[in-house]
Amino acid sequence: MSVQFKEHYVSQYSALQASLPGTGLPWLNALRKQALDRFSRSGFPSPREEEWRYTNVAPIERKLFSPFVGTASVDSASLARYRVDGAACLVFVDGQFNAALSTVPEPGEDIVICPMGEAMEKHPDLVEKHFGSVIQRESSGFLSFNTALFTDGALVFLPEGMKIDCPLQLLYVSASPDVLSTARNLVVAQPGSQVEIIESYVGLGDAGYLTAAVTELLVADDSYVTWSKLQSENGRAFHFGGLYADVGPNGRLDHSSFSFGGLLVRNEVHVDLAEASECSLDGLFLATGRQHVDNHTRIGHRKPHGVSREFYKGILDQRARGVFQGRVIVDQYAQKTDSEMNNRNLLLSSDAEIDIKPQLEIYADDVKCAHGVTVGQIEDESVFYLQSRGVDAVAARNMLTFAFANEMVGKIDRPALRSLVQDELLDALPATNLRKEWL
Amino acid sequence: MLSIENLHVSVGDKQILKGISLNIGHGEVHAIMGPNGSGKSTLAHVLAGRDGYTVNSGTVRYNGVDLLDLAPEERAREGVFLAFQYPVEIPGVSNIVLLKAALNSIRKHKGLDELDAMDFISLVKSKTKLVDMDEKFLYRAVNEGFSGGEKKRNEILQMAVLEPRLAILDETDSGLDIDAIKIVSDGVNALRSEDRSIVLVTHYQRLLDYIKPDFVHVLAGGRIVKSGDASLALELEDRGYGWVQQHAGA
Repeated sequence: MSVQFKEHYVSQYSALQASLPGTGLPWLNALRKQALDRFSRSGFPSPREEEWRYTNVAPIERKLFSPFVGTASVDSASLARYRVDGAACLVFVDGQFNAALSTVPEPGEDIVICPMGEAMEKHPDLVEKHFGSVIQRESSGFLSFNTALFTDGALVFLPEGMKIDCPLQLLYVSASPDVLSTARNLVVAQPGSQVEIIESYVGLGDAGYLTAAVTELLVADDSYVTWSKLQSENGRAFHFGGLYADVGPNGRLDHSSFSFGGLLVRNEVHVDLAEASECSLDGLFLATGRQHVDNHTRIGHRKPHGVSREFYKGILDQRARGVFQGRVIVDQYAQKTDSEMNNRNLLLSSDAEIDIKPQLEIYADDVKCAHGVTVGQIEDESVFYLQSRGVDAVAARNMLTFAFANEMVGKIDRPALRSLVQDELLDALPATNLRKEWL
Repeated sequence: MLSIENLHVSVGDKQILKGISLNIGHGEVHAIMGPNGSGKSTLAHVLAGRDGYTVNSGTVRYNGVDLLDLAPEERAREGVFLAFQYPVEIPGVSNIVLLKAALNSIRKHKGLDELDAMDFISLVKSKTKLVDMDEKFLYRAVNEGFSGGEKKRNEILQMAVLEPRLAILDETDSGLDIDAIKIVSDGVNALRSEDRSIVLVTHYQRLLDYIKPDFVHVLAGGRIVKSGDASLALELEDRGYGWVQQHAGA
């Protein structure tokens, strides 16, 4: 069986090779082939690997997913609830850019925003210069898989000092059964530039599919990137999403992750910080039923005076399983690093489970690093307090669950995004009689 | 309006209330005083419906219904309000959200429509003046990071908005300085009315300098050992709890 899925993807590559983006670029073909070789040797990650100890992706190997070759029909109305008001939006359906559903901005001034297929034709030098530069230190089965098979994605390039005023949404829609969606994004913010990106993953319909998306993000000196990810895949979906970011001196990355959907989900965020650069990683994950959601973060303080703030909250109900792995590495030369990591979890059922693994690896001697993790339940004391004010016990528990989530949702600056995330959260919670006004 | 008959309550194996009988009429203010461990707070909690107490015998009739039969939220909707000795902090739920959910659940129970947003806000804002509370507190998480005095004022604000028929104030004066006691008491006094009965549970007489009760009961060893008018509280202040306990053979 395990051989079969590798052969399947190798043959998919052979069949699709001629139509993949950048197929005329020798350097890319070479990269894809190397990646495919690596994947056909090692396959998907195994729980024997330390980084995958709590997440077994064997169910992904038991199904064979294929990139969609054709045009899935998705009507614009079905996407309305996922669009962030006021944002330009690139829509990808089953891993392929869909121009009709998209609103591509044309900001001018040498700013580039386009699907990867087009980027390979119009900006091959730009892509070649940066593609793979952030992930070269990484090795993961999903990275190789994505590099070999990616069918589209977005290129965003901001020249020095440029700012895009409206946020840019990258909306990935899976619509066909057993489809493989492999987006590959490259975002380059040159010195002193600024951009806000919202990445959304949604599934239409009930059938299963596999999303394996990878983003490389270069935040150059003095640049500021705000990145939000909303994962609302359907209940049978497998999702792997990895963001790999390099933040240059005095640069800043604010990342927020909201993970509510999917059957088996792995959200990875990797950030490497240069001198005096900063990042904040916020996350809220919710899992119910038999969902498994793994949040894997790694912050590398490579140079002095870096600041990182990480705060993830998890809500696990029914038989769901959550994982939070927070790794912070402070290199020998990264003196005066200031790092805080926090993870708080709420278990709503005695069958739910959370595995937490904070990992601080500190090789410098003059640093400030703190971490804290908690696992708790809704307190009877709080439920009684609300009951004594006339709120029934079920509503009280729902309200307190919301309250727990609200700390993260409330941090979203953009009202349109906050409202959208609230709606998705309401949808994802198993309880009924929930009211948005409680948030 | 409230009639407690021979109420016996235990926590685990321990008998706390050993036969309390008490009648409270409409609009009356009763103070329940007593030394630590006498069962004052237990009585307040049992009336509000808190878990963890076993009623072994006795009855509590409230406006003709068996109060002990009702869930805590049903009691609240019927007009019972408990101001907590230690108000609970609820991060993530703002005061305004709690007040709205509470008020609307009570209105719904009475067959009234929910208040619309504008009417609700103006109602709540007018009530904040009663307890000299900055309107900004409405948008803060319930009691989170509030000082002791602010928490107690917040309890009285909730009482003002929910307009209970029976308000039980559990050690509302504990931990407050004189200024805060005065603000809280002014709020409570403003809420006194013919159709609102108030039970003040307190250890010290000083609260009663500000909220003058119609009746004072002394609780010791799980029983009411002495009842009287406001002058009883002064006498207690002079002579201490030892006096009544001895007096009653408790």
